[in-house]
Amino acid sequence: MPAAESYPDDLRYHPEHDWARVDGDEATLGITWFAQDSLGELVHYEAPEAGSTVTKDSSYGEVESVKAVSDIVAPLSGEVLEANAKVVGAPETVNDDPYGEGWLIRIRMSDSSELDALMDADAYRTHVAES
Amino acid sequence: MTEPGRAWGDAPLIFERSRSGRRGGRVPDYGLPKPELPPGLSRARAPRLPELAEPELVRHITALADRTFGVDTGFYPLGSCTMKHNPRVNERVGLLPGFRDLHPHQEDEGAQGALELMWTLQGILAEVAGLPAVTLQPAAGSQGELTGLMLMRAYFADRGEERDTIVTADTAHGTNPASVAMAGYKLERVETDARGNLDLEDLRGKVDERTAGLMLTNPSTLGLFDEGIEEVARIFHDAGALLYYDGANLNAVVGISRPGDMGFDIVHYNLHKTFSQPHGGGGPGGGPVAVRETIEPFLPAPVVVREGDAFRLDHDRPKSIGRVRGFAGPFGVFVRSYAYMRAYGPALREMSEVAVLNANYVLAKLRDAYDLPYDRHCMHEFVLSARSLKRDHGITALDVAKRLMDYGIHPPTVYFPLVVPEALMIEPTETEPKERLDDFVDAMQAIAREAAESPELLKEAPHGRPVRRLDEVRAAKQPVLRYAFDDDPAFVG
Repeated sequence: MPAAESYPDDLRYHPEHDWARVDGDEATLGITWFAQDSLGELVHYEAPEAGSTVTKDSSYGEVESVKAVSDIVAPLSGEVLEANAKVVGAPETVNDDPYGEGWLIRIRMSDSSELDALMDADAYRTHVAES
Repeated sequence: MTEPGRAWGDAPLIFERSRSGRRGGRVPDYGLPKPELPPGLSRARAPRLPELAEPELVRHITALADRTFGVDTGFYPLGSCTMKHNPRVNERVGLLPGFRDLHPHQEDEGAQGALELMWTLQGILAEVAGLPAVTLQPAAGSQGELTGLMLMRAYFADRGEERDTIVTADTAHGTNPASVAMAGYKLERVETDARGNLDLEDLRGKVDERTAGLMLTNPSTLGLFDEGIEEVARIFHDAGALLYYDGANLNAVVGISRPGDMGFDIVHYNLHKTFSQPHGGGGPGGGPVAVRETIEPFLPAPVVVREGDAFRLDHDRPKSIGRVRGFAGPFGVFVRSYAYMRAYGPALREMSEVAVLNANYVLAKLRDAYDLPYDRHCMHEFVLSARSLKRDHGITALDVAKRLMDYGIHPPTVYFPLVVPEALMIEPTETEPKERLDDFVDAMQAIAREAAESPELLKEAPHGRPVRRLDEVRAAKQPVLRYAFDDDPAFVG
């Protein structure tokens, strides 16, 4: 069951339609409702290895739908602690619950000042309306 | 058009038509000995071939043909594929016995006519590209791309330069990044600016002494000619890098502008798009590559050369990257494209002029019914967006495409290029008369109205085709790739 459109206020957003939920020096990353809606139902998630590093604004993996293969852009830099195995096995989890069960990776942030460059939910909603 | 136009009936698979012991013909018993195969080469079980009489076989194939849609049955505006009409005279020329029956191992002396055709074709292609040297070997655009990148690698290796990065546009066909990866290069992607050109500021920051070259389609997959192409070429050449022209959209510019004059160093053509071959089912294709003098020594061997009045295959090219295809390349494709070019003669540019005219006519008629992301005159194709239909009525580009089938029209390319949301990429080609263009315009305008008035009609489309809306997600996740016999599900034929 595809989720209804929403952009939770407790997340930070990257213009490439990725979100970050920060908890201390760790962050959980995923793609937004807008991103999964644009792609359609996902059929594959190419996840990074735990222990690898991700760099803000660079691709850390791929998601694939019947329409397209799309790079996933990291909103923050850091070390990958875990990729979501549930999404690897059932990529449509992202469509059903993009901010909950459908998270993509957890990282240990290397530079928390990068958070300042991300958008809050209001700014991202405006960004989506212009996309 | 909302009701099915006809009853399609069942189309059983050939295995479902099969009945044990039926046959379509008898092979005489010549009393020959049974051949003995080396041990280990025989299959464990006989293949399970369908068994049926000839009339049933003919009906099966006719039923499949009846369900097939092609440029011979209707309008086929599949963007970037150039689904133009293929003149039948090309087939007649291609089937001349001297061409058709020529053995690939024929000595040069006994194949002078074929070699002359190839040599002349190389010359015409060189003139179209504005570059002096041509290889005909690559069998498809994608193989032309790989050949072009291998030529870049050989060129830089010969100069002792180490370069590891290829730049592509964010509008590039998917084959570009795939070719880059296959050739062992790193990929750098450049953004498109608000007018649909390469973003020069972004580009300047991504070109340096590690850059081997650029791969670019011009006009781009947005159907727009890059207005900054000369500056783009300067940026790469100043860095010592090369420019590769992906000829997927060459149909827009033949005889009007030449990639070599724009600054490109390596060019591939799609003979099956621009120069008329039946295509759309995987071949046969032709992807010749043209290069500047400085890159000529690296071309795949052999190359057809002329000496006096004689022609021969020149194998003595010590710096060649080697063969990229068996024998002389897809020769039947050469004959048909050559016939096509000679039929136009010096008027070849009319092909591109009418292709651009037709596309702009359709664009002008549809610009108010759909979103137009880049508001410029287009070249041979253009990209619309169903963004407003989606926002206002929940109707996507896919729904529009499926509904077009009910109007007897092949859908355009959808969801590409990726920089345009809900993209519909439309290429009418030059071989469509105004009436067919108007039919398409009428259908697209009707569909935009239907989206507002009865969106469920579009959501459930197509209604009048042999099959309804396919489950693409399930097809991607659980593909059924072979027939499973009910009475023997484990059998692998």
